Amino acid sequence: MNHQFNLEVNGIVYPLDIDPGRNLLSVLRGEVGLTGTKEGCDDCECGACMVLIDGQPVNSCSYLAAQAEGCSVTTIEGIVDGDRLSDIQSTLLDAGGVQCGFCTPGMIVSAKALFSTNPDPTPDEIRIGLSGNLCRCTGYTRILKAMERTARP
Amino acid sequence: MREFRFAETVDEALALVADGFVPMAGGTDLVVAARHGKAPLPDRVVSLQHLRELAVIESTDNGLLIGAIVTHAELMGAPDVVGAATALSDASALVGSPSTRNVGTIGGNIMNASPAMDTGAPLVVLDGQIVLGSTGGERQVSPAELWTGPGSTSAMPGEMCTAVSLPSPPPASGSAYVRLEYRRAMEIAVVGAAARVCLDPDGSGRVVSASVALTAVAPTIIEVTGASEILEGARLMPDDSGASAIDGGPLAAIARAASDQATPISDLRASDGYRRHCVGVMARRAVEAAARRAGGATLTVPVNRSTGMGVSL
Ligand SMILES: Cc1cc2nc3c(=O)[nH]c(=O)nc-3n(C[C@H](O)[C@H](O)[C@H](O)COP(=O)(O)OP(=O)(O)OC[C@H]3O[C@@H](n4cnc5c(N)ncnc54)[C@H](O)[C@@H]3O)c2cc1C
Ligand code: FES
Ligand code: FES
Repeated sequence: MNHQFNLEVNGIVYPLDIDPGRNLLSVLRGEVGLTGTKEGCDDCECGACMVLIDGQPVNSCSYLAAQAEGCSVTTIEGIVDGDRLSDIQSTLLDAGGVQCGFCTPGMIVSAKALFSTNPDPTPDEIRIGLSGNLCRCTGYTRILKAMERTARP
Repeated sequence: MREFRFAETVDEALALVADGFVPMAGGTDLVVAARHGKAPLPDRVVSLQHLRELAVIESTDNGLLIGAIVTHAELMGAPDVVGAATALSDASALVGSPSTRNVGTIGGNIMNASPAMDTGAPLVVLDGQIVLGSTGGERQVSPAELWTGPGSTSAMPGEMCTAVSLPSPPPASGSAYVRLEYRRAMEIAVVGAAARVCLDPDGSGRVVSASVALTAVAPTIIEVTGASEILEGARLMPDDSGASAIDGGPLAAIARAASDQATPISDLRASDGYRRHCVGVMARRAVEAAARRAGGATLTVPVNRSTGMGVSL
């Protein structure tokens, strides 16, 4: 039996009629058509699928789309600053914190959640804030440096 | 899954559970297990997410009542919990990553009944009770009554967890939870231990009673038998002058008792022998940290980090 509900993503409401067992990630990429959110492991391990639900980070691969009814979902596409990249995004690019880029949207979403509750995190708090996000390319150093620069511009 | 419903009241949730719906809180076990292919999603699911009355931590004259859908993120920071049930905050602060802690709940952790669950050993040493509700009323069970094996509980069909109740801590007491982990996030306890230590309120620093419980060394969380007898009368903190006046004998004895009583398995994470040895080390560290907190020391939550355990930065 399909499940009908409205899903709010980046301020836009999408009416859905889907299998209730569908995960949020596949609905964002499929029905909603926003492919910035990545599928890495599809197993709640890597953080590539991170989105914000009411401002808090959630692994969208392991969360039912139906669970997000009545909440506001923010994806990487909702984090840009108008036509410009947000500070976190441009600092990450400048610092060389992006290589293949697959982990990048998830990193930025986790960072966004961190900075919105703690605008001036210590290096240790940054590591904890990003601890659910894996990167296979950069070795993390440049990502962490970029976050430290965003924290203290 | 055929049907997904939000319950808007606890009564509605209980009626749906009575009708065979499976409760879901955060889904960090339920949905993830389905993605692993371990267990498909249940046919009919009732989400507890909207039940604000189950999302509160209530401080009463008798102690704390923690609603079933209170998240790990709340437990690690709520002043009432950090103050009166520090071991529980230590445990929640170690769960997964910020997103896991933001979504995962205490009720889900307890009812999932994994022998590696982090909040279990703290509940045991803090004398917690699990409140099970049903359309017929409610009852309280102890952790030992609740967990019957890996992934299984004594909850009857139609029952769900509505809260966890913790009595007010005795005077001059402190608690702590530590675990062995190979990485500092996204990890499951290799083994772990919680302890509560009560000191003589006369300020002598002597232990009057203690309890210790162990994670991931048996089919369920287990309590160390005889822990209080082993530790009674011991002095476990340095005195004011800083001269170390710690009684090493009882600490070694509690480590031995923990190792002796453990019945761990070997798996890809650790051998049984390694688990048996390390759970003794964890038990000793938990007792030391609990004793220091009982004596008024501030060890930041989680004690794993504040005492530099685990991989260093
Ligand atoms: C990446 C990752 C890391 C993790 N790390 C840890 C860790 O370090 N330590 C740890 O202990 N756990 C860990 N977990 C497991 C999980 O996050 C926790 O057990 C969490 O507390 C489960 O809560 P939940 O609300 O998400 O449970 P759910 O998935 O919603 O439910 C779990 C089970 O409990 C039942 N249930 C839920 N609520 C109730 C209720 N109120 N009454 C009756 N039954 C109920 C469900 O039917 C289901 O069987 C991790 C999980 C992931 C995905
Ligand atoms: S795709 Fe969700 S955590 Fe990897
Ligand atoms: S840049 Fe390639 S995974 Fe992080």
